[in-house]
Amino acid sequence: MTSTEKTPAVPAPRDADSPLLQVRDLHVEFHTRDGVVKAVNGVNYSVSAGETLAVLGESGSGKSVTAQAVMGILDMPPAKIPRGEIRFRGQDMLTMSGEARRKLRGAKIAMIFQDALSSLNPVLSVGYQLGEMFRVHQGLSKKAALARAVELMDKVKIPAAKNRVHDFPHQFSGGMRQRIMIAMALALEPELIIADEPTTALDVTVQAQVMDLLAELQREFHMGLILITHDLGVVADVADKIAVMYAGRIVETAPVHELYKNPAHPYTRGLLDSIPRLDQKGQELYAIKGLPPNLLHVPQGCAFHPRCPKAQDICRTDAPALHTLGEGRRSACHFWKETVHG
Amino acid sequence: MGRYVIRRLLQMVPVFIGTTFLIFVMVYALGDPVAAMFGDRAPDPATAAQIRESLHLNDPLWSQYLQYMAGIFRGDFGTAFNGTPVSELMGSAFPNTIKLTLVAFAIEVVVGVGLGVVAGMRRGRFVDTGVLVFTLLVISIPTFVTGYLLQYFIGVKLAWAAPAVSVDVHIGELLLPGIVLAGVSLAYVARLTRTSIAENIRSDYIRTATAKGLPRRRVVGVHLLRNSLIPVITFLGTDIGALMGGAIVTERIFNIQGVGYQLYQGILRQNAPTVVGFVTILVVVFLAANLIVDLLYAVLDPRIRYA
Repeated sequence: MTSTEKTPAVPAPRDADSPLLQVRDLHVEFHTRDGVVKAVNGVNYSVSAGETLAVLGESGSGKSVTAQAVMGILDMPPAKIPRGEIRFRGQDMLTMSGEARRKLRGAKIAMIFQDALSSLNPVLSVGYQLGEMFRVHQGLSKKAALARAVELMDKVKIPAAKNRVHDFPHQFSGGMRQRIMIAMALALEPELIIADEPTTALDVTVQAQVMDLLAELQREFHMGLILITHDLGVVADVADKIAVMYAGRIVETAPVHELYKNPAHPYTRGLLDSIPRLDQKGQELYAIKGLPPNLLHVPQGCAFHPRCPKAQDICRTDAPALHTLGEGRRSACHFWKETVHG
Repeated sequence: MGRYVIRRLLQMVPVFIGTTFLIFVMVYALGDPVAAMFGDRAPDPATAAQIRESLHLNDPLWSQYLQYMAGIFRGDFGTAFNGTPVSELMGSAFPNTIKLTLVAFAIEVVVGVGLGVVAGMRRGRFVDTGVLVFTLLVISIPTFVTGYLLQYFIGVKLAWAAPAVSVDVHIGELLLPGIVLAGVSLAYVARLTRTSIAENIRSDYIRTATAKGLPRRRVVGVHLLRNSLIPVITFLGTDIGALMGGAIVTERIFNIQGVGYQLYQGILRQNAPTVVGFVTILVVVFLAANLIVDLLYAVLDPRIRYA
């Protein structure tokens, strides 16, 4: 089973300015019995080496689907990518052969999943699952791979790694399991890591530890990081820029501090306002009214208009373009000017 | 683990006593073995009484059972009414049945798991529907029908395989009876595997395995199969006993002088020692297979720990 092929260098030329990953006008739909679910509707984003992009949004906003499309792990069918480009170091991964794409997975682009307990194979030891990366991508022997697995476990600060390498996922605590997921993603020192809600399943104290570890390792290896989350607290500390997603579209992008200070989309504003604050103790929590749209029937015009406090007639008929507000700042709202200053 | 095994072995004792006692009572108490010996003719009363005495048939039932059991543990299964020791019959019958069981088991595993994997990975598509219909058909047709049909068409008409098995019992001759014997179990294995594969293929750890950049054959062969086969192996283990005991029909059709054949003859002629002896061994096989499956479970699924 051990394949000995080496990971080939990506043949595309690398100019210093071009981002590591560029997603352009990506569309993803799922063909189901009930109809076509338009999960991603024209997403654009980019990540450079050493940069952290946080993708923010509610469940069903398409943030995970976009990430899975980048990883190439969508089940097709039912998923389909009718339009769009996903360029890694300039090369479009959607037009690559399946085999070339597979060799990038894990080696150049790695992913950390949300629930480490279900995302790790329950019947294989963590040492085996970590070592598999080296055996498959680098052709290492079982023994050498196991030694590398112990090194990795040390790297993510799992105590007594040598004794625990033969343990199974269920024998670890939640935080330790997530460290193993991180170790697995880091194994081949990829250039880009996609972390899909890496701390959601963890206790708050452990969340901070895991996030710090991830940020530390990202700096050390100068990796690009896409952090998918719905937790605004996590984002503020680690992200460089933020993309807010709603109904399969990016509604706002901004450098992290500007977004917090001055959101330019009513949806972002709603998200920020719904964070519980100490100085408002005793008052009712703010919640964005209504529910996220059913992606089988995305509302006409701006998808957010049924829930938007600022909605006008134009919002019900015309989908807003992504207006450029300034350096790295964009908003898909007809009334972004009023929103920024309001 | 050691304690678990000991406890399980101890639990087997009452099961063993219970089942063998039931068989013993049914065969000895409900028929008249002496009358059976003489067939259609009425026995001479004096001779009958003498035989009764020598076989301890006048003792209370529990005493007879104890004597019989004591004999078994000395390796003495009694004597069939034609004078052959039952252990000798076993010596000739079990190797044949074990060969047949192994052939059937191999077919069951290879074809059953193979069909199940193919169907499970393409759930809802044409292959899947095909496998479902095929297995339903196999399950609903009784073994003696498939047995005679295959014997007639493949054995006699097309002459692709021997229609009956010779006394020497060559493995090649066992292919056709093996298919017949495996049939129903194979269908169950295929369905069980299909369900298990279809469920696990959508699991998070398979997504992780794909995201790790593992080749498809490794994702399926190592990660998917390893998990999906746990329930299947449980079924296969218990099925070994069922195959050995269930070969009666198949062995009759293909004239294999195995356990099923001897049991059939024993029941037909009310040959009590043969029936009780063979069934006792089958009970032991069942119990052992069940224990091995339970122990195997802990090896296959590390989340299960026995205390």
